[in-house]
Amino acid sequence: MASRFQGVEQGPPIEVFLLNRLFTEDTFQNKVNLGVGAYRDENGKPWVLPIVRKMEKQLAADETLLHEYLPVLGLEQFCNASVAMLLGEDSPAIAAGKAFGVQVLSGTGGLRVGAEFLNKHLKYDTFYYSTPTWENHHLVFVNSGFTKPRSYRYWDPKTRGIDFDGFIEDLKSAPENAVILLHACAHNPTGIDPTREQWMKIADVMEERKLFPFFDSAYQGFASGDLDGDAWAVRYFVSRGFELVCAQSYAKNFGLYNERVGNLAVVLNESAHVARIKSQMTWIVRGMYSNPPAHGAHVVAAVLTNKQLFDEWRDHIKLMSTRVMQMREALRSELVKLGTPGNWDHIVKQIGLFSYTGLNQRQCEYLIQEYHIYLLKSGRINICGLNPGNVQYVAKAINDAVTKFPDDHDNRAKL
Amino acid sequence: MAQVLKKLTTQVLKPNNVDTIVGCTGLRASSTWWNNVQMGPPDVILGITEAYKKDTHPKKVNLGVGAYRDDEGKPFVLPSVRKAEEILHSRGLNHEYAPISGEATYTDAVAKLAFGEDSPVIKNKSNCTVQTLSGTGALRLGLEFITKHYAKAKEIWLPTPTWGNHPQICNTLNLPHKKYRYFDPKTNGFDLQGALEDISKIPEGSIILLHACAHNPTGVDPKPSDWEQLSKVIKERKLFPFFDMAYQGFATGDVDNDAFAVRLFVKEGHQVMLAQSFAKNMGLYGERAGALTFLCGDEATAAKVMSQVKIMVRVMYSNPPLYGARLVQEILTNAELKKQWLGDVKQMADRIITMRSQLRAGIEGAGNPHPWQHITDQIGMFCFTGLKPEQVERLTKEFHVYLTKDGRISVAGISSQNVNYIAEAIHKVTS
Repeated sequence: MASRFQGVEQGPPIEVFLLNRLFTEDTFQNKVNLGVGAYRDENGKPWVLPIVRKMEKQLAADETLLHEYLPVLGLEQFCNASVAMLLGEDSPAIAAGKAFGVQVLSGTGGLRVGAEFLNKHLKYDTFYYSTPTWENHHLVFVNSGFTKPRSYRYWDPKTRGIDFDGFIEDLKSAPENAVILLHACAHNPTGIDPTREQWMKIADVMEERKLFPFFDSAYQGFASGDLDGDAWAVRYFVSRGFELVCAQSYAKNFGLYNERVGNLAVVLNESAHVARIKSQMTWIVRGMYSNPPAHGAHVVAAVLTNKQLFDEWRDHIKLMSTRVMQMREALRSELVKLGTPGNWDHIVKQIGLFSYTGLNQRQCEYLIQEYHIYLLKSGRINICGLNPGNVQYVAKAINDAVTKFPDDHDNRAKL
Repeated sequence: MAQVLKKLTTQVLKPNNVDTIVGCTGLRASSTWWNNVQMGPPDVILGITEAYKKDTHPKKVNLGVGAYRDDEGKPFVLPSVRKAEEILHSRGLNHEYAPISGEATYTDAVAKLAFGEDSPVIKNKSNCTVQTLSGTGALRLGLEFITKHYAKAKEIWLPTPTWGNHPQICNTLNLPHKKYRYFDPKTNGFDLQGALEDISKIPEGSIILLHACAHNPTGVDPKPSDWEQLSKVIKERKLFPFFDMAYQGFATGDVDNDAFAVRLFVKEGHQVMLAQSFAKNMGLYGERAGALTFLCGDEATAAKVMSQVKIMVRVMYSNPPLYGARLVQEILTNAELKKQWLGDVKQMADRIITMRSQLRAGIEGAGNPHPWQHITDQIGMFCFTGLKPEQVERLTKEFHVYLTKDGRISVAGISSQNVNYIAEAIHKVTS
């Protein structure tokens, strides 16, 4: 039957979801999912944080809690607690009324609302993203009205570390008011973060070139296991006097993936601007979804504002990040044991959920087809997909892949 | 965008907000990025609620916000929703990412609710239905899709008046919007002739927004025979109907009755778009449960549309929040719960209908000379009283009854405790 939309083209599939679907449909017994970025326990199962279960039970029993609309900018308690968690409770910016939060739809929502605001109201049209970066960054900004996407060098396949000189060079040539997308910690997909000295240098250049920092903080607490440590870069920039925004996600560190809980933190130099900015963000939100979903925000707010619960949550994060670090060690150790060609130190040097293994596309395809190990063709693996039950299998597969398809390009590490 | 906001500022600005704006523009310039950000216009309805909260008068009444209240003026959690929550919690589900378009069980269930269990458009899988952030999210996603993928006249026609956020969403998308006659202030009823006249002149291929039932803000719905005429002229003009259904079940108390217009149009062969909200009919306001449907003619086109919609969702919020949707799903797929829910929603609708009766009787009983039949003719949460701005101002200042300047009241804010007081107040300001 004829339709107005007959001419609509099939949109390209999004790699990570396609991969997930293929994994789900695969009937191979020893299949391994190293694709999607979600935490898995040692049995490869999703893990609902005990504190979340506890709070959900409590909230369900609370007769005073209804399903009323949240304010457009979200649950104030939630926003304040999020900003405090990011900047530190005794941040001078908070005390001076120069920092505030807007509840948003997880990290993506924070990026979108932030980018929309910067484009529509500050008229920024140039943004820089790292090479590589999370696959959705580019499109979010472009759809928010940014017309000039640019990249800055980041991952160096030769060293499997940061191409810092390239990074700085690219920042130095960025035009004034360019928005620089920075990963606060646990860079996705590489897992390599700048050192503190490097962050200081980045700040120097950004200050000199008058560049605007937009932090993406999807893993606070998850990277090192320490909330404050993982927020160091953001706090440093604030202490340097930068005005900035930061999209905070609670998908991973609270395991609240599908409740879409996030906060967009905004730090200004003058508290007097806060009201105006809030009013404009209100209109952005109103035109998109009116007000944010309540459930997840109530859970997070309840935990963050209660010392005992907060400490309990900190333990969960420590547990998750520790398991990740253990699996990094385990994978590297297995690879070394097998005498796998190549240097695999980067696996333990990297931090957070992901590792840029350095495997090339051919090797990745082989892993998927031959071993039913699912990973992105960029070589990114989700370390959480590893557990004592499968790490040897995965190491064996990697060993096989790099042996069978030795990388003859210069950009693969000489071992 | 800045121009549009400036215009809105002038339209909605209330005296007590001018100070804030003047205050801000009087600031010294400083070396920050934010200097040129203008103060956005205040939200009218929120402003009313704020003023109501500050008022200390013992008899104050809030007839502003459109959220259901029980007879004690309290928010109402539907028993079926409470039950669904218990069931949900006992399941101990995890919080893994939902599919971008929402869970299939949810989208299937909500599509069936709207179009009918046995609807051919669902049976032949020609519907593309995605979970959205309640009604607003559906409207935004649907209209944005049109701006990106609709080949014909990218302009939308809205009824006069319509929900305040409709034109705003259009403005955000730079989608031109125009008006067709709808509400007749002379009769406080539906202006069928005016609507048909205007619609017959709309450029071919344009989008026309229709409120499926319980029109917001007027409460005036076309009769079934009116809908048939609307369907005919819309078909003749080859217009693209986009239904906003935020009150299914809430209007007459019967979900099938309330979906009459949508289903009629489908029967007549229109390939409609539909925005659904579960904010009011399940009382799930803050959980943002809704859905957007495109009827695409066949399965293959629906699949292509779906692939593009997913990309748009991905760059806005990646995937939808599940808590509210899981409750909706539970209710709609559990026969017992669904029955209970249908009862709950009827209960809400009946209370509204009763309050309308009592309000009208109260005003007429006071011997007021004006006609008040429209109070009971209108349907749903809202009532366009016909009060003029000066009368509204008196209602608020003298009687502490809060409502919007256009004379709209939320009937849900009326209870057996305050209906006489309100009737009396309306009588006084109109005699």
